[in-house]
Amino acid sequence: MNAVELHKISKTYDKGKLRAVHEVSFKVKKGELFGLIGSDGAGKTSLFRILTTVLLADSGSATVAGFDVVKDYQQIRNRVGYMPGKFSLYQDLTIKENLEFFAAIFGTTIDENYELIKDIYDQIKPFSDRRAGKLSGGMKQKLALCCALIHKPEVLLLDEPTTGVDVVSRKEFWAMLKALKEKGITILVSTPYMDEANLCERIALIQNGEIMSVDTPENIIKSFPTTLFAAKSENIYKLLNDFRSDAKVDSCYAFGEFLHITLKENGGSDIEDLKEFAAQKGHNDIFIQQITPGIEDSFIRLMQEKTQKPTH
Amino acid sequence: MEDNKAIICKDLTKQFGDFYAVNKISFEVAKGEIFGFLGANGAGKTTAMRILCGLSYPTSGTATVAGFDVYKQQESIKKNIGYMSQKFSLYENLTVLENIEFYGGVYGVPGKEIKKRSDELIMTLGLQSEAKKLVGELPLGWKQKLAFSVAIFHRPQIVFLDEPTGGVDPVTRRQFWDMIYQAAASGITIFVTTHYMDEAEYCNRISVMVDGKLEALDSPANLKKEFGVNSMDEVFYQLARGAKRSGE
Repeated sequence: MNAVELHKISKTYDKGKLRAVHEVSFKVKKGELFGLIGSDGAGKTSLFRILTTVLLADSGSATVAGFDVVKDYQQIRNRVGYMPGKFSLYQDLTIKENLEFFAAIFGTTIDENYELIKDIYDQIKPFSDRRAGKLSGGMKQKLALCCALIHKPEVLLLDEPTTGVDVVSRKEFWAMLKALKEKGITILVSTPYMDEANLCERIALIQNGEIMSVDTPENIIKSFPTTLFAAKSENIYKLLNDFRSDAKVDSCYAFGEFLHITLKENGGSDIEDLKEFAAQKGHNDIFIQQITPGIEDSFIRLMQEKTQKPTH
Repeated sequence: MEDNKAIICKDLTKQFGDFYAVNKISFEVAKGEIFGFLGANGAGKTTAMRILCGLSYPTSGTATVAGFDVYKQQESIKKNIGYMSQKFSLYENLTVLENIEFYGGVYGVPGKEIKKRSDELIMTLGLQSEAKKLVGELPLGWKQKLAFSVAIFHRPQIVFLDEPTGGVDPVTRRQFWDMIYQAAASGITIFVTTHYMDEAEYCNRISVMVDGKLEALDSPANLKKEFGVNSMDEVFYQLARGAKRSGE
């Protein structure tokens, strides 16, 4: 049985004028750590709200933990833990009171499922009498995760838990998710950070309400259709503009300290040709190398293919 | 003196009671430089930026921004800088043109000049058919590009960008950085914070704040060399993981 299944889910707002998601289908296996990767406005939150039964889709069907999101919404609510993108705990209650509140709502106690949250809760326990509104971003995030876990859910739905959080807290958070996965909990997590995609077992890339690809990060990278080159010189911004004017270059964009380049056609002397072109344009310290693409390269490629293709 | 410096900070400090939000930071930003201002949550970035934008007084130390003193010339600072953040940028209930006119007016750009520049801007951004639409109806990527353009509409000497690309797709993020490069090439100094470490690489120099102090300041290449790592992500991680503070 799949933990989450979506079949051609569509949702519009504003009387059909605003398309949020369009015919989205994917499956999350039981026990899987599955990432929904996309930027703001891609439709991630609409999908989470449909799966948590707080929003009705226009069409299509979906199940969570084997239950239908429309017919069996009550069953689902007892079986999922949900962490919305916006911090939604009670700011005027303390850490401990928030946790007790959510335990009580689900008819359980902190002690009953303490094992599940222990590792996370221990980190915020010294502040258990502090009001949630007075906590830092990283601590709020940990508390929200504890509250989502307190009733021992089968499926954890996390909507952008690491947005706006610094690199250190993000690493800690993903370590927690990995530990929860080891305990058998299915996790569906969304993120706008492409580098976090590699931490998931499988991912769905979503843009403008449509799924562009669903696979393991490795397979998505493998299916990158062409050779990718990294380039730099002493004047990277000029190099970017120069390569964009090269008729042989298909795409050229900044990527960290390098430029990433794809060619319209690949031949035997691509690196030499690129070097020669850069030298002709007066660049010094030219560095060009063939590289393995990352998820972000694949995402950019898929976005560009989408916009180039005529709309169906 | 120091004609080529956009920002000069010396031992800049902000104390709240016995808490040092910003603790004796010193740095200089050259004119036309793209300067990355990084730090973990709670490191003191926002407090420092508020001082540099003329919104808050330091407790001690000195700083000038665009040649103006942060103690005595806050109003002059505000006139000579631009500011954009992900959280606040444009009025959603005003049209594209109205937003441009509003900001132009606030910053004292003469009426005729507003007209001329906004026509140019709409052309450059390719927003001709959207000029009379409400900003709230634009896709996020467009809003952010427009917000940046509006932030430099009055031709400030320095523009402060507070996490300008949060949540934006990877293609739009790069288009945004194209605009930043262009602005820098035209002589505007860029002071930018980001959580995307690949974007840190686009800066000429990077500073990293940890617990109120400036713990590192150099070019991305030199920082990576110094820490013996391959990415800014690792530089940042090494610096910030020892941080004691995590508050906002």
